[in-house]
Amino acid sequence: MSKFVFPPSIHSRPTYGVLERRDGIFHIIIAEDEGAEAVIDFVGSDKFFLSKSHIIFVATKSGEKYVSRLKSLESAQFYVGPSYSASLQRLQKVLEAAKMGSQFYLTGTEGFMGQAQNEIMKAGFPHTAIQTEHRGSVARRMQCVHCKGITEDVITDPFVCDHCGLNLFVRDHYSRRLAAYQGVRVDAEDHGNVPEPVELYK
Amino acid sequence: MTAAPQKVEPGLDIIPALVDKITKVNELVTRFEFKRIDGKDFPVFSAGSHTVIEMKDGDRTIRNPYSLMSDPEDGSKYAISVRRDDVGRGGSLFLHKKIKVGDKVNLTYPLNLFSLDLRARKHLFFAGGIGITPFLSMIMQLESSNGSWELHYATQTEELASYGEELKIKYPKKVNQYFDDAGQAIQLQKLLTTQPIGTHVYVCGPAGMIKWVTSTANNVGWPTANVHSEEFLAPKPGKPFQVRLCKSDLIIDVGENESLLEAMEREGVNAPFSCRGGACGQCETEIVELDGELIHRDHWLEQEEQDSGTKIMPCVSRFLGNSLVIDR
Repeated sequence: MSKFVFPPSIHSRPTYGVLERRDGIFHIIIAEDEGAEAVIDFVGSDKFFLSKSHIIFVATKSGEKYVSRLKSLESAQFYVGPSYSASLQRLQKVLEAAKMGSQFYLTGTEGFMGQAQNEIMKAGFPHTAIQTEHRGSVARRMQCVHCKGITEDVITDPFVCDHCGLNLFVRDHYSRRLAAYQGVRVDAEDHGNVPEPVELYK
Repeated sequence: MTAAPQKVEPGLDIIPALVDKITKVNELVTRFEFKRIDGKDFPVFSAGSHTVIEMKDGDRTIRNPYSLMSDPEDGSKYAISVRRDDVGRGGSLFLHKKIKVGDKVNLTYPLNLFSLDLRARKHLFFAGGIGITPFLSMIMQLESSNGSWELHYATQTEELASYGEELKIKYPKKVNQYFDDAGQAIQLQKLLTTQPIGTHVYVCGPAGMIKWVTSTANNVGWPTANVHSEEFLAPKPGKPFQVRLCKSDLIIDVGENESLLEAMEREGVNAPFSCRGGACGQCETEIVELDGELIHRDHWLEQEEQDSGTKIMPCVSRFLGNSLVIDR
């Protein structure tokens, strides 16, 4: 399930495209797990592009699977991290030094792209100019509207909040500021009446 | 849109004012300061706003938009700086030659089509000639809110650099001046490739300069959302034409030296406007019938809208052909 077409939804729900090379003075490519395949696809064999690129690869679940292929692209800079949080300092340092004219490319799961986008936005870069391509799991990063806790990798609807234990309904309302979808108590009106969890998009 | 005081309606949202002070800045530029007739304070405005000044020259009513250059937080006065245009349609010449201290004018509520993006980490300004005026209010706003900015200001000569010297003295590290006659030029490519992430660029000046800055920014990879420009077009003369206004049930003639908007106003038709320069969209009017060619001169309509022949911006655009009916 490397490529997935999300069904059309409300305006709030993020949509993703296909990465393409753009003109720019530098290219910051941030990928997670299967996102490596999107990177390999879109950079092609463009040596000039790669000579001005920094690939930040986060191998959350894929281990060594993609590392040597990405390394062989010979981008100007290449970094591999084991998790988003471990790689965050690298990203923040890169953003501190980056100049306008840099292009940003994100690929991986929704939660991963959302958090990286949030970090780039916080540096003052418009989210509308950040390219994204979804690859990998369709799990969502959810915020509980009741306790505000974030639950990662939510794959069923409803699900149980990691923090307060409420049963939450998975909504399509998305917050770029929180990089999360909204989870609302499913049995708010009728406590205990919790529907059987169903896998997302099934 | 942010909360403007209200939607501008012609003849409604105007502030009767007096010319309080006239100061010659240099050979071409004069500053006019206004105070309210009712003695109250003007509304504060957001930096980059303009006002349309309405003046009576005999029977003729002149309405021209100018950027407000005074301190946005100072309601005691509004100030504009006007460059004399000897070949224009006479608005700037009237201001330069006929207006006196104590004269009455009408000012519209300020409207901002060139606002600062306050999410920016840094504001990079490019001014050409009289294009300096909106930046004067922007600099005041940013100085009072501790914003980061930098100005690159190009003029033909040092003498014509309105306010250049004052700015340079006050902000020596932030103001950079370039004089054409000394062969100095803005190092645009270098400036646009060395700015920190989160910088926004703003350009106001001649059309060629705006195009140069926006296209260079685009070529080196700037997002369009971070590039801002303002250019007011003056309505250009053209062949006279006739137009039927279906709501008003009138047939009017548009003369060679007036715009369609001005012709409607002359006939007492209630036509909306704001910038009078093809930028704001306020005067957009539906075409009901068209047998001929629209001459679009605005920056507002999308190319497809212009090509579709269904809309016109009466402040700057014209018509050539047999018959035109508009929904006004």
